[in-house]
Amino acid sequence: MNKKFPKVYIKIQYEDFDVSKETQKLHHNLTGAIVNFVGLVRGHNENDSEQISSMTLEHYPGMTEAEIDKIVQKSIKKWDLTGITVIHRVGKLFVSDQIVFVGVSSMHRQNAFDACNFIMDWLKTKAPFWKVEENNNHRSWVSSRQSDQEATKKWES
Amino acid sequence: MVIKYFSWIKEHIGKSEERIELPVNVSTIEELMLYLENLNDKYKLAFKKKDLIKIAINKSYSSIDDKINNNDEIAFFPPVTGG
Repeated sequence: MNKKFPKVYIKIQYEDFDVSKETQKLHHNLTGAIVNFVGLVRGHNENDSEQISSMTLEHYPGMTEAEIDKIVQKSIKKWDLTGITVIHRVGKLFVSDQIVFVGVSSMHRQNAFDACNFIMDWLKTKAPFWKVEENNNHRSWVSSRQSDQEATKKWES
Repeated sequence: MVIKYFSWIKEHIGKSEERIELPVNVSTIEELMLYLENLNDKYKLAFKKKDLIKIAINKSYSSIDDKINNNDEIAFFPPVTGG
């Protein structure tokens, strides 16, 4: 793999992102495959018992970018990749808004699939973001999910 | 040192950040938490569920028995819920 790859872009922002533009930026001359993950705000809370109207995300500036970069660097050691983009939004978001974009490009598809999955699994458990769900009556902090912790175990071997 | 709080820990304590001088006899995260808990009930409530509290020293994950000094930035936060 050429030394100038992969191209890495990590950004925490309030603004929305454009999936097709971000995907285009992952095209490099060695790229043969691109896998994107886009996370959205669900209309129900974590127990699926109540509707939510909005969600507010906060993060730890500096540490968030550093933790995501650590995850990205680990993925680069494991797979040959040509591009990695991680964009995560913070601030107030509404139902169906985009929250997170993880895009990975590689020469062959399996590396892009695996690296995208790996980055997302670790982002869920390591990157310091916190969500509070809101509806007309109240707000509540989302608790972490055991299933997210479990998901990282498949990468431990 | 600077101490930062996030999410419901911040809300229990009522501030997102504070600057303190490293108290005498405090040299680890655990001792710092004990010191803060003795200040008032807000800290006691914030730190009640010890197993849910994550710690960072200088923006890097750390554990409760790690050493700290007066130049450090310490952060206390609940398990992360991004993505």
